[in-house]
Order: sequence, then structure tokens, then C-alpha cells
Amino acid sequence: MPPSSAAAPRPQAPAIPAGLAREQLLELYYLLRLTRSLEERLTNLYRQGKVIGGLFRSLGQEADAVGSAYALDRDKGDFLAPLTRNLGSMLVQGAEPLQIIRQYMAKATSPSGGREMNIHFGSIEKGYIGQISHLGDMVPVMAGVCLSFRIRKEPRVGLVYVGDGATSTGTFHEGINFATVQRLPLVCIMENNGFAYSTPLHKQTAVKRLVDKAAGYGAHADSADGNDLLAVYEVTQRAIERARAGGGVTMIELTTYRRKGHAEHDNQGYVPKEELALWEAKDPVDRYERRLDETGWVSAGEREAVRARIERELDDAVAAAEHDSFPEPETAIADLYASPAAQEPLWYRAGTAPGSRLTPHG
Amino acid sequence: MAEITYLEALRAGLREEMLRDERVFILGEDVGKYGGAFKVTEGFYEEFGESRVIDTPISEAAIVGAAAGAAHMGLRPVAEMQFIDFISCAYDMLTNYVATARYRAGLPTPMVVRGPCGGYVRGGPFHSQNPEAAFLHTPGLKIVCPATARDAKGLIKAAIRDDDPVLYFEHKFLYRRIKEALPEDGDLLTPIGKARLAREGQDLSIVTYSAMVWKSLEAAEILEKEDGVSVEVLDLRTLLPMDDEAILATVKKTSKVMIVHEDTRTGGVAGEITARINEQAFEWLDGPVLRVTAADVPLPYAPTLEDYVLPQTADIVNVARKLAAY
Repeated sequence: MPPSSAAAPRPQAPAIPAGLAREQLLELYYLLRLTRSLEERLTNLYRQGKVIGGLFRSLGQEADAVGSAYALDRDKGDFLAPLTRNLGSMLVQGAEPLQIIRQYMAKATSPSGGREMNIHFGSIEKGYIGQISHLGDMVPVMAGVCLSFRIRKEPRVGLVYVGDGATSTGTFHEGINFATVQRLPLVCIMENNGFAYSTPLHKQTAVKRLVDKAAGYGAHADSADGNDLLAVYEVTQRAIERARAGGGVTMIELTTYRRKGHAEHDNQGYVPKEELALWEAKDPVDRYERRLDETGWVSAGEREAVRARIERELDDAVAAAEHDSFPEPETAIADLYASPAAQEPLWYRAGTAPGSRLTPHG
Repeated sequence: MAEITYLEALRAGLREEMLRDERVFILGEDVGKYGGAFKVTEGFYEEFGESRVIDTPISEAAIVGAAAGAAHMGLRPVAEMQFIDFISCAYDMLTNYVATARYRAGLPTPMVVRGPCGGYVRGGPFHSQNPEAAFLHTPGLKIVCPATARDAKGLIKAAIRDDDPVLYFEHKFLYRRIKEALPEDGDLLTPIGKARLAREGQDLSIVTYSAMVWKSLEAAEILEKEDGVSVEVLDLRTLLPMDDEAILATVKKTSKVMIVHEDTRTGGVAGEITARINEQAFEWLDGPVLRVTAADVPLPYAPTLEDYVLPQTADIVNVARKLAAY
């Protein structure tokens, strides 16, 4: 994935934190930048009417997903379940931009064969489970994934993402409570981006900080500046090590800001302009670039090479996805069950060829 | 062969599958040392240990969600709802998450959610429910409702081995009231999706399932003796997927069909069966498809009230006589 790095760090460069190698800093840069650029490409496709459904951006919060997921150990088989604004975490686990674009464009070749939208897909092999729209539901599911690790005595860790809104749901509560009671190797990232759709945090919960909820479950609590990629990595890494060592659940609050509306259609009229400007100045991608620049860990030339590579990859992915077709209509009734895998079409649909189906206007 | 009860048959089926397949584990409220509210898992904690017999908080959504997560990873969880009435607390998880998992994301979700359903036990509104209709309407789930000890065992074993999520509704009235001699056969399986002819007849068919099979058989005896009417009783055993073939066969044989279920009437399973008969065998009918069901109220507690609301053998006889007269 990352380009192999040629240039060595400057001799006077400060030590890289959190045990990261220089190659990893570059890989993190690739993943962070890829998340941003991929969403920008999707925005273009959305404006061209090529994205069939809604488009959900993670602008300004990319470091949360990338930094936390990167702390998982993919060689050990660590697992995650993303939420709406965690595209970056899926890229870390090995999701490909082409898959994401196809999924948004509802192509037959998309990971779900056109059955699901946006980033709702997963890969057991690569270690991430596709979310559903019901916020909080992935928490008990990931508790179950972690339960399987314990039953099989595997030293694996699970990571589940929620936003400030999801922390109000019943399934979040039940899942975290079950996981803490069982001391399961689960890390819960609570991404506080200020809004659930249009609802601000103070109408979502009466606690001042989401992390205050951890005490109520007997979970470990930690927090970090969600726009500081390396801080996110470090705080998550601590929690993962604790979970792997049998220390149970950690709930981590990452403070960030949702700089776009809930989805692309939402003009965010409820957000003060000054607030947006304030957070734009704290942009996590710019901030990481400055850090790499100031420390000399990764040169401007290397970063430019990464960006060029990403543009090439995305050019190819968009072209490939645009070339693909929508799924054949009849595939809509397959694969509901393992057995039987097929079902008969409704009798009045039997034998109708694709394209000859009734439209609302006959 | 010693006779065992419906509950013992269920327990034996669960135990055999846990011995046979180490991927099988149990989770639920009070299922561990206590052995479950009805003692279905009695002795399991001692035999299989706490990693495979897991006591949970009172969190049905977490129980079902965790079962799904473990199932994705290759295990075969059996989740107990202490009373099936509480499955509604996991309705979101079952209908939105579990039922859609394979279709939307290709996720294998081999899991069983089981628990005691049904009335006639003075359990009141929240310990007597029959929730099958709510889930019959959910593509992606399978639903089984054993009526006999043999099927209590055969269906739990088949449900555990099935690669799809299965809801297993066991009737608590039958737990200790019916007995059967079962062979010591580790592979006594009841195929999911296949009905059973509980009684052969010529004049009229009763399509039913779960505890109503026994009331229907009682009614059939009375009708035979008192009216000389020969009644066929079809025990569906599986509601989803429904055995259309068996339903249509009995319709075509007797041309008079009634449906008996314990659940309430409006939007109940009988409506679906009636629609299938109407669509596929209308010209075979010599009379309307009639229903015997509970009245449309929450199930009340007092014996006089409960008995009035739930279907009784006399109701089945009464409706059968009307149908036979066509």
C-alpha cells in the first residue's frame, strides 16, 4: 500500500512517538489523505447524479477513524465495526476505493451487489463488519465478535465506533454493559463531532463529556484530541494493549467536529459559520502535514508522491466504477438464506425480462 | 426406550449438539448455574463450563446482537429468551440486523434464538405470548414451533445445524405435560420446512402448529365419534419457510380447511395460510377457510378470562361442524 520510502529522515529529526516507524507515518499519511480525496471524488460523483443515494462525509474527522484503526494489529486478526463517518477505518483494514465508489454508485460489482448503500459493507477476511443504519446495534455485535475471541482463546481485539448520537441508544447501553461485565477485549471509540444530524451534544446527553459515561459501566475511560492523528493512534493503542492483556473494555472519547451536514443534502444551516471556520483551522490533514514537515519525518517530496499516487488510483477507480453496470433485477431475490439460496419470482414477475418491467407510469 | 418429556427432549437435543460440535454455546439470562428459569439448561454449566454456558445481563438486544457477532465468526450460538415475550426487546436486532445480514452483507449468521411461548398457564399478558406473526413477516429468519417431544429434539438439533438464523418457539404448556419414547439417536433430526401429518382424515383438514396440534387432535376424536367426520390434522412444525406443498396436499384431499392457532387473530399466521390456499388452490375448496384463534386482546391472567380468550377444543369442534356442513 504505501510507497516504499527512499529518503532517510533528517539526522536532527525528533523521535517518532508511539513506537511508530517512519514507513508507518508515511502509510498513515496515505490513508488519511486517501480518505479525504476519496470523499472529494465521491462528492463530484454525487453532484453529477452518479451517487444513487445520500453521501456521508467525514470531513474534519478523518484522523479519528484512520488513527484508531491503524492501532489494531491486522496480523493478529483484530476486528472493527465502523459507523457512518469511519470510511478511513475501513481503508485501514484493506477496503479498496473502487469498492466504496461502486457501492455508492449501486453497481453490480459493489461489495453488496447493489443491495446496500454507502459504506455499509464488510469483510470477515479483512476484519471489518458492515454496519446497519440503526445506531448502536454494532456494539452488541462487536461484543459477540469479542466473545468468540475469548471462547476460542484467541488474543484478538475488537474496535467499535459510535458517534455522540449513538451513545443515546439502548443497544449501545446493552452492548457496552454486556462487554464490560464479561471483560471482553473491546475498545469503543466515541467520536464526539458535536452533532447527531442537527441535534447538538447538549440535547443528546446531560453529561459534559461522553467519556463520563464510562464510569457508569465500569469501563476504562480515556480521551484524545480527535484531530491529532498521532494522539488518536496512541490513545487507541493503549486501550488495545489493555484489552489484549485481559484488562477489559475501554471507552475513548475523541473530540472533533463535523464540518459538513449530516449528509450532502443537509446545508448545515443550524451551525454557526464562525464555528466552522474555527474547526477548519484545526483540520486534521493539514495538521498532520505540518507535523511531518516541522519534524522532518516525511519530506514534502514524499508527501507529494503519495498525493500523486492517490490521484492516479482514484482516477482508475472512478473510471472502472463508471464502466460497471447496475445489478440484474432478478438478483434482488437471491441469497436471502444459505438454504434455500434461490426463491421463485412472484408469479406475475416470472419470465419478465430485465427492462420490460412495469414502471409507475406503465 | 424410556419416555422423556418435551422439555427433556429439548434439553437432550441441545446437549447432544454441544457434545457433537464445540462451536455450539449457550447464552441467556440465568442459564448457567441456575439452569434457566424452566431448567432447560440444567447441568450444562457443570458439564460444559462457563465459557460455553454464559449468564448475561437482562439485555435481550445484547444477547441477540452478541450471538450474531459470534455467529459471523464461525460459532453456533443458542440464545435463550427467558420468556419469549421478551424477544420483542430484541426485535430491532433480529429484524434489522440478523435477518438482513446474509442478504445485505454476505455475513453467515447461524444462530438459534429459543424460548418458552404460549398460554394456558395463567401467566398473564407478559409470560404467555406467541410472537410468531411478527417474525413471519421478516424475510431472512426461519421459525420453528415443535408440538411433540420428538420434534422438540429434532428441531433444536436441525436449528443448530442450520446455516441461517432460526427462531425456535417452544411451548411451555407442553414442557412437562407430554412424553414420548425416543430412540437414542444422535442424528434424530426434524427437517426445517417440512410439515407432519399428525392425523389422517378424509372430510376436513385442520392446519395448525405448536400446542394447538393437541387440541386439534382432541377435537378430531370428538368429531369422529360424535359426527362421524374424518378430520385430518397437519402439524406445520415450521412456519418459515412454510410447507406449501403439504398444505396444498391436504386442501386438495379434503377440500375443507380450517386453521387453528393460539396467537391473536388479526394479522395472525392463519391469514397468511388462508391467502396461500386462496391463491394456489381456490378451485379445490368446497367452503371458506375458517380460523380458530385467540381473541384480539392481550392475554389476561384470571383463569376465566384466559380460557375465554384462548382457543379451546370445543371451539375447534364447533367451527369444524360449521365447515363440515358446507
